[in-house]
Amino acid sequence: MTSATITLPTPPLPLKAEARGLDFYYGDFKALKRVTMPVYEHKVTALIGPSGCGKSTFLRCFNRMHDLYPGNRYDGTIQLLPDAVNVLDKSVDPIEVRMRISMVFQKPNPFPKSIFENVAYGLRVRGESSRSYLEDKVEAALKGGAIWDEVRDRLDEVATNLSGGQQQRLCIARALATDPEILLFDEPTSALDPIATGSIEELIHQLKGKVSMLIVTHNMQQAARVSDFVGYMYLGEMVEFGDTKDIFMKPKRKETEDYITGRFG
Amino acid sequence: MTDKHLSTQFDAELGDISTRVLEMGGLVESQVTQAMYALSQFSGETASQVLQTEERVNTMEVEIDRDLWGIVARRQPTARDLRLLIAVSKAIANLERAGDEAARIARTVQRLINTGVSSRLRLPVADLAFGAELATAQLRKALDAFARLDTTRALEVLKQDDQIDREFDGLLRKLITYMMEDPRTISSSIDLVFVAKAIERVGDHAKNLAEAIIYVVKGTDVRHTSVESVESVVR
Repeated sequence: MTSATITLPTPPLPLKAEARGLDFYYGDFKALKRVTMPVYEHKVTALIGPSGCGKSTFLRCFNRMHDLYPGNRYDGTIQLLPDAVNVLDKSVDPIEVRMRISMVFQKPNPFPKSIFENVAYGLRVRGESSRSYLEDKVEAALKGGAIWDEVRDRLDEVATNLSGGQQQRLCIARALATDPEILLFDEPTSALDPIATGSIEELIHQLKGKVSMLIVTHNMQQAARVSDFVGYMYLGEMVEFGDTKDIFMKPKRKETEDYITGRFG
Repeated sequence: MTDKHLSTQFDAELGDISTRVLEMGGLVESQVTQAMYALSQFSGETASQVLQTEERVNTMEVEIDRDLWGIVARRQPTARDLRLLIAVSKAIANLERAGDEAARIARTVQRLINTGVSSRLRLPVADLAFGAELATAQLRKALDAFARLDTTRALEVLKQDDQIDREFDGLLRKLITYMMEDPRTISSSIDLVFVAKAIERVGDHAKNLAEAIIYVVKGTDVRHTSVESVESVVR
């Protein structure tokens, strides 16, 4: 395949992170091939592509999720800006990376703890123990996750009693608690009903301008609705990256057009 | 190149819409031809046929629009599918207005007949015919380009629009001479000015249709740009 068609915004926007020539291997299998893509500060970037194209693999590289399994190997860099640290560097502590780059998963996965403790968890890992500090941060995070009003009177209840949509917003609040610079979403609404999906999308809109976001979604309309930029991936390669409006109105690459118009196959 | 959607039903719906646009275009084209025939022959009967067809054209516009928004609501089309549907929406609006112009000509013919002007005044009706032929040819060519999504043909339509405008200017000068020579022709000459303007407008609608076709295929909005820059887009 020819190299990626990357259309950068004019005028240029401040970068939050940048993947450069990223290869990734699951053992012998090369799942990502020289992926290069910018992540703009306080913008939403969506990754789309058919199943197995490498979009989730790519997303997980950003917070070193692949470190958890043996045999996985990164090649290339993901620079976090402005300090230009390569998050893939072995000398960089993955726990620290995950504080700065948090992940929200497909299925809401609250810990079997109270609502309060779910959100306070990351802060406790970081060594915070002051009750008043934690209370302030938890409240701020729950407000950020647009769920504060629904749970403020029952912070001590077990989180798994919440509805699916609430649980997902709680997970977002939990991710926000450590003041991450980037939020990663891996299919954040595919297990939710349309109303809960709507509230998550609304939340993503609200978080725009405060945090940079990267979202993997199978739902193309969702990518169109929530993102500022879109990267289309296929067979482990970045095919096209550009402004969301351009990608959905007039993609430059035929492959992208065939995929988003449902002609792929 | 895969031109078909995974959903064959979606393909069928888009195909059906396009076919009906062409059908509507064919009706409008015949309306214009008939209207000009009615004028040259002073045929009240043909004029009323044009007005009958107008109702059908109006109904078609409404129906196509309705189905089009149905597709938008249910399929959430993107990229070239979306561009096609936007272009169809514009195309049928332009076709409907071209049909209105034909109806305007037909009503003028009816009025000329009712006021007893008839052919005795030796008005330059034949001179109008040439411009009208150009305009219908433009319309036909634009529809043809739409059927094949042929940007080269669409470009030809844009290039030839000037010719119709020149025809209109020439005719205007001629009618002014008529009116100055024989003030009794003023009233009917003014009618013919409006007919000429209607013909020129048909040409404009064909041009708009051609621009919409270029938008569908190339994704570039070429309205209000020079022919040269359109050429570089189509190239």
